[in-house]
Amino acid sequence: MVKTMDLLFTSAHIIDPAAGVDDVRDIRIEHGLITAIGEDLSTGGLERVDLHGALVFPGFMDMHVHAREPGYEYKETIATCAAAAAAGGFTAVLTMPNTNPPADDASVIRTVIERGMEALGGAVDVYPAGTVTSGRKGTALAPLAELWDAGARAFTDDGAPVASGGILRLALEYTKMFEGVILQHCEDLTLSAGGLVHEGAVSTQLGLPGCPAIAEEACLARDLRIVEFTGGRYHAQHLSCAASVHMIKDAKLSGLHVTAEVTPHHLTLHDEVLRSFNPNTKVNPPLRSKDDMMALREGLRDGVIDVIATDHAPHSFDEKEVEFAAAPFGIVGLETAIGLVITEIVGTGYLPLQRLPEVFSYNPRRILGLPIVKIAEGEKANLTIVDPTIAWKVDPALFHSRSRNTPFAGRALVGKAVGIYNHGKVFLGPELR
Amino acid sequence: MDPEQKELPLSSPHLLGLDGVPARDITRIFETAESFKEVLGRPIKRVPSLQGITVVNLFFESSTRTRISFELAEKRLSADVINFTASDSSLSKGETLKDTARNIEAMKVDMVVMRHSAAGAPHFLARVLHSHVLNAGDGAHEHPTQGLLDMLTLKEKFGTLEGLHIGIVGDIAHSRVALSNIYGLRTMGAKVTVCGPPTMIPRGIEMLGVDVCHRIDDLIPHVDALNVLRIQLEREAGARIPTLREYRTYFGITRARLERARHPVTILHPGPINRDVELSADVADSEHSVILDQVLNGVAIRMAVLYLLTLSPLGA
Repeated sequence: MVKTMDLLFTSAHIIDPAAGVDDVRDIRIEHGLITAIGEDLSTGGLERVDLHGALVFPGFMDMHVHAREPGYEYKETIATCAAAAAAGGFTAVLTMPNTNPPADDASVIRTVIERGMEALGGAVDVYPAGTVTSGRKGTALAPLAELWDAGARAFTDDGAPVASGGILRLALEYTKMFEGVILQHCEDLTLSAGGLVHEGAVSTQLGLPGCPAIAEEACLARDLRIVEFTGGRYHAQHLSCAASVHMIKDAKLSGLHVTAEVTPHHLTLHDEVLRSFNPNTKVNPPLRSKDDMMALREGLRDGVIDVIATDHAPHSFDEKEVEFAAAPFGIVGLETAIGLVITEIVGTGYLPLQRLPEVFSYNPRRILGLPIVKIAEGEKANLTIVDPTIAWKVDPALFHSRSRNTPFAGRALVGKAVGIYNHGKVFLGPELR
Repeated sequence: MDPEQKELPLSSPHLLGLDGVPARDITRIFETAESFKEVLGRPIKRVPSLQGITVVNLFFESSTRTRISFELAEKRLSADVINFTASDSSLSKGETLKDTARNIEAMKVDMVVMRHSAAGAPHFLARVLHSHVLNAGDGAHEHPTQGLLDMLTLKEKFGTLEGLHIGIVGDIAHSRVALSNIYGLRTMGAKVTVCGPPTMIPRGIEMLGVDVCHRIDDLIPHVDALNVLRIQLEREAGARIPTLREYRTYFGITRARLERARHPVTILHPGPINRDVELSADVADSEHSVILDQVLNGVAIRMAVLYLLTLSPLGA
């Protein structure tokens, strides 16, 4: 599936605004480095892969992924997660620390990194996030500097918020000494208490306990004051509502170190899909109103939201094959993200293709303090290949992920990731084989 | 009408809720219930309509009167009846709802009547089973036979539902009775106003075509009937009312309050009543209370629904 090889990509439509490229070119790759970009390059004995004008981007990164290992290998492993990432067009992931044991100790961070290097020949860079608090209990700081030195690239108690303002303050202050970033799952648990879906007309009609938008907004509003007070680096995960977009915009205007992400599912679904009581629509934060969805699209268009990240949250078939209330929150996203974004966001004019590197490549790495990937001679070849013309239907049975909990089964999409190249390894989808 | 007579089936082989059920179906259920009610008045209160049909009553939440009412309805129709009662906690010991239901179905049952604490649980069951599913209450979502029996009781009292103004009083946000009443009554052309403290009125309820009122004394003069919901002080933290005494003071239905209406207001209650909390004892026992009619109509409505569902073929 993944091969170590030098090769020549021909007819590659390279889109890398940071390198000032938006042209069809050939790319020669030797020993993992881009040795030539040009027109009509000779193969020079290398294997040639004709991309027929498919798009080549600087490698995409998903900075919100639950790889589930260690502890929940029946849902996903780092190996299956890496395979899903490669199939979905991602050359890097940031794994969330809500494993068992949680990544609140350097040994867990090192394990995740090692497994990542073993998975798929290391074609996908697996960067772990560490917890903010010991055991994700919210009461005492985890050994943040040790986690950082072991390779943690961010800190979060994701799955749950850092509920205590006092702890959040300490974390934002402490991580300043190594410029670490805190990723916050914004949720005031006293406001969301027991809520399963967005609180509004649909939750009322379905008799499902509601989680109000104010649960996210109140947490974010408080956090932004603490960010202002401490001067730390703060990233709001999976924004779900309109008011959050406005708050992030204002915070950026006042110069705070604040960034934000949105998931493909919050950009493309709203609470009307809950009427089926399908547990694969159950996610936290919940799918909100159509107005919220449109505000998220606008926030992305306007650059208020920096990143699209999937919150890939695998759960086994049996865990989701239950009544709605009993199902765990979460849906998988790695293998549908690019198709959804091209179909629903690029296709509706909210983002041109030329901005995909910004939300999928530059910004996640910039937020995490990782080197920016460039497509230029002499650079390491770290590429995402996307064919924007392929029309396909989401078939969960074909997922590389160990889990199939998607609300998009059967959805018709146009645009598909067809391969990646990273660390001298190439992974090509069936379309390019 | 002879209940044995072959009739056109309902539009669905399941009764999961009253949301989306057409007026034609509701009218047919009423007609059938009325004929079964005649059966209930006979010395031999049994007809062979469901002879050879096996019904399982799957109650995951404690219930006395609804379960008894269903069981009686099933027995009056000569169905074979199995009762399964489990607390939600026993399920958490391991077996999933799907496994429980499919195991029972494997014993060749024809119809499942289920009560469950989770909204949408009967919809899930209808997806994974090949039996008729009848919702006997799912979380705070729907309790369709309660809605139907409330409506039948009102129809008997007033002759029609069209144009009636019904007030529903209590914790609307956590009431499956309220939601089923709203869906059914709106379909049948009645006007509905919900009344309770704002903490008990769910967001967006106006989207269902109801009015909202927070002062019971403003509502009483305008309604033909009040459906008074059972009020419970929530067990968990964050109760939506400070005390039951305060609730009684501001929303309790008393004779003094009703007398200000200058016209008789019919009183319904889904039971069991907290006497002198949401309803004073003298009102509960007054000539305007139709609470015991509701109980009798409950058996007739459930007979009608059980019978009519068996006429609707299950999909492949």
